[in-house]
Amino acid sequence: MISVRGLIKRFGANTVLDGIDLDIGPGERVAIIGPSGTGKSTLLRSLNFLEKPDEGQITIGSVAVDAKTATPAEQRALRRQTSFVFQNYALFANKTARDNIAEGLVTVRGWSRAKAHQRADEILATIGLSEKAHSYPAALSGGQQQRVGIGRAMAADAEIMLIDEPTSALDPEWVDEVLQLLKRVADARQTMLIVTHEMQFARDIADRVLFMDGGRIVEEGPPDVMFTAPKDPRTRAFLRKVL
Amino acid sequence: MRPLDLEYMLGLVPVLLKYVPLTLGMASVAMLLALALASLMAIVRVLRVPVLDGFTQVFISFFRGTPLLVQLFLFYYGLPQVFSFLTAINGVTAAIMGLTLHFAAYMAESIRAAIIGVDRSQWEASLSVGMTTPQMMRRIILPQAARVAAPTLVNYFVDIIKSTSLAFTLGVTELMGAAQKEAAGSFLYFEAFILVAVIYWVIVEALTVVQRQLEARLGKAHAR
Repeated sequence: MISVRGLIKRFGANTVLDGIDLDIGPGERVAIIGPSGTGKSTLLRSLNFLEKPDEGQITIGSVAVDAKTATPAEQRALRRQTSFVFQNYALFANKTARDNIAEGLVTVRGWSRAKAHQRADEILATIGLSEKAHSYPAALSGGQQQRVGIGRAMAADAEIMLIDEPTSALDPEWVDEVLQLLKRVADARQTMLIVTHEMQFARDIADRVLFMDGGRIVEEGPPDVMFTAPKDPRTRAFLRKVL
Repeated sequence: MRPLDLEYMLGLVPVLLKYVPLTLGMASVAMLLALALASLMAIVRVLRVPVLDGFTQVFISFFRGTPLLVQLFLFYYGLPQVFSFLTAINGVTAAIMGLTLHFAAYMAESIRAAIIGVDRSQWEASLSVGMTTPQMMRRIILPQAARVAAPTLVNYFVDIIKSTSLAFTLGVTELMGAAQKEAAGSFLYFEAFILVAVIYWVIVEALTVVQRQLEARLGKAHAR
């Protein structure tokens, strides 16, 4: 269960998140769409304090944090409730594919290396990269790197997976394999909040679609309604452009 | 021009080689201590740790801004006059202290640059999985910074090895000190000093082999 109240984030004089309220239920898959620079990624990054929000309350699972008073320990606790898939993969460059997946389990959760490797090997099999277990990120294609990135997020077994434009940095040839993997993660009813420009994908996997503009959630609803009969003129204008 | 006394030089080789372990020992201990201190200072500077950051900047400024020989004299001859507990300090210890602090100041800046050079996404990925800052530094950032900093740090080690020769001014009979003593006895200064120069040279050249292996190991993750 995720609950966000009155989330505000400013960069200097620029208010990027202008009072976000959001609830996400267990197993719910929520997609955020909207024009560039409207705070979609910032919202995702604020939820695990990669950007420190200025105001608001965030509750994820058993951890509740107030943006104004959050201590470093609280921020870490919140991060441990989430997993994050980065646009640019952000795999640990000095770790093999297997260790990228196992690292958090060992360092953060205190698993034994053997147990973490076993789990990592299971995930590598799931994401179809068993034969790349000992490859470093530099030796993987963009698509493979992003699949490992998703594998790393899967290993965290988090309350919610935050996914930031997972295919934007990919060459077109790799997009499909990443979307297919994410669809499988979604089908397993992993709670997720995904920022994406892949409208068809959002339509396929999301239970709910949020349209953001100007740092606010302008409109939200089930995908079939949002994509066919959006109410707000801004949503309509945006969808006319991208569909 | 007088001919070189090759027989004397040949006889001097085993005499001087006996002092190589002391030279390498001083250099290695100073290198390890400097590396540890420099890493700490680099992290303090990168994370802008309050108070310590300012102290570190002054430290680096002082030890980079004054000659090593002055620092060594200050440690060995000067400080014991002010702090009586330091009178027990011997030349080897004073030399190691001086070399450590002097080179730590230089190395801290190299390591800091290497840490800053690690891509921002590596910090974010570390934080996103819930790591603490020390975990992030130890597991992700420093290993990647080490690869970038390694060639420079090996250069400093070369410099440290050569700088141990200054210990002879503190009365330590190391490689240079031994050569000086032998030369003073035989008056064959050229033979003694060209030989000691060649010994330093060979040591440093041998080190480049180690450097290549080290860089290959640290670069493993970046081979395609």
